[in-house]
Amino acid sequence: MSDMHPPSAAAPDIHSVADARKHIRTYLIVGVALMCGTVMTVWASLIDFHSREMNIALALLIASTKGFLVAGFFMHLISEKKMIYAILSFTVFFFLALMYLTLLSMAPGNVVQIR
Amino acid sequence: MEIPYTVKPRPDTGLYNAKLGIWLFLASEVMLFGALFSSYILLRVNAEEGTWPHHWLNIWLGMTNTFVLIFSSVTVVLGWASLKMGQFKRYKFYQGITLLCALVFLCIKSVEYRDKFMHYEVHLKDGRIADGHLQPAETTDKTLVLEGRFVTNHAELMEGSLHHGGEPKIEIPKDEIVSMENYGPWHNTYTAIYFTLTGLHALHVIGGAIVIFAIWGPLAKMWEQDPGRYTNRVEVSGLFWHFVDLVWIFLFPVLYLL
Repeated sequence: MSDMHPPSAAAPDIHSVADARKHIRTYLIVGVALMCGTVMTVWASLIDFHSREMNIALALLIASTKGFLVAGFFMHLISEKKMIYAILSFTVFFFLALMYLTLLSMAPGNVVQIR
Repeated sequence: MEIPYTVKPRPDTGLYNAKLGIWLFLASEVMLFGALFSSYILLRVNAEEGTWPHHWLNIWLGMTNTFVLIFSSVTVVLGWASLKMGQFKRYKFYQGITLLCALVFLCIKSVEYRDKFMHYEVHLKDGRIADGHLQPAETTDKTLVLEGRFVTNHAELMEGSLHHGGEPKIEIPKDEIVSMENYGPWHNTYTAIYFTLTGLHALHVIGGAIVIFAIWGPLAKMWEQDPGRYTNRVEVSGLFWHFVDLVWIFLFPVLYLL
């Protein structure tokens, strides 16, 4: 099996070897950022804020940032086609509706008490 | 008959068909895991004060698994970029590491599952509760041996961080036992949702690893015949793998840390 082969024609986001190298550098930086984010998540969970809600909020904030990095750079969502954004906009709508209904169902007056 | 748009994008969507397909599939997966996260929130918020466990899982094993999955996501995307540059051997190397990472992840998960299945809560006739890991080699017909401790209040069992490792062995006469149960999915709502979420995620890891292996090994000859289509297959399997990583990024803090 040959090692070298002309790059695929269906590669709109990587046009040249130089372009690919630039992308590889980005992937490595994102990978390191994700690992640092993991350490931060553990560190933040060990801090006593005298409020569990604060720990939960911080952990979810870091996890969301990491999620954005994976989706944005590894899954190339920061530069995708409109069709994918359209599909995901429906997903986001229904996901948020699901979470809203979850919160709505929990207590009268929509007050969520984290115990 | 040739399948259309396996390499070139369809004019109306701007995407090749498999890419559109995987994104539609991932959209449904978001709702699947979303429903389970919703269940987790409901169970957690409605749990009575002092009945929801904290730190029952080994944070360091969970953190190691997070590193392993992140690393595998990097190797997946580097493998795909290597194909884009026409470097097939480099792609094989990176995806080989991805497969190794999948194996390591599943091994660590198995260790964690075994720990839970060997962990017992034993109720005694005198009202005390023995909690610890079963020592099968030392357990006899008349005596149960646990590496653990006695508690008098069930609420004491909810905080796991206070007693990780280095606990003494305790011998319990079997005729003193009223009931005993391990920390399997049936133990309480926490273990139920923990095994459901992580079990479903582990099935995704297994499924993703099988597909990546198939493309990496038996189907690799397609690179010679149709490199564009082969590269797209790698991209699509990679998108699924990143999604698996993405789910774990949320599972780790929710189950291990909070």
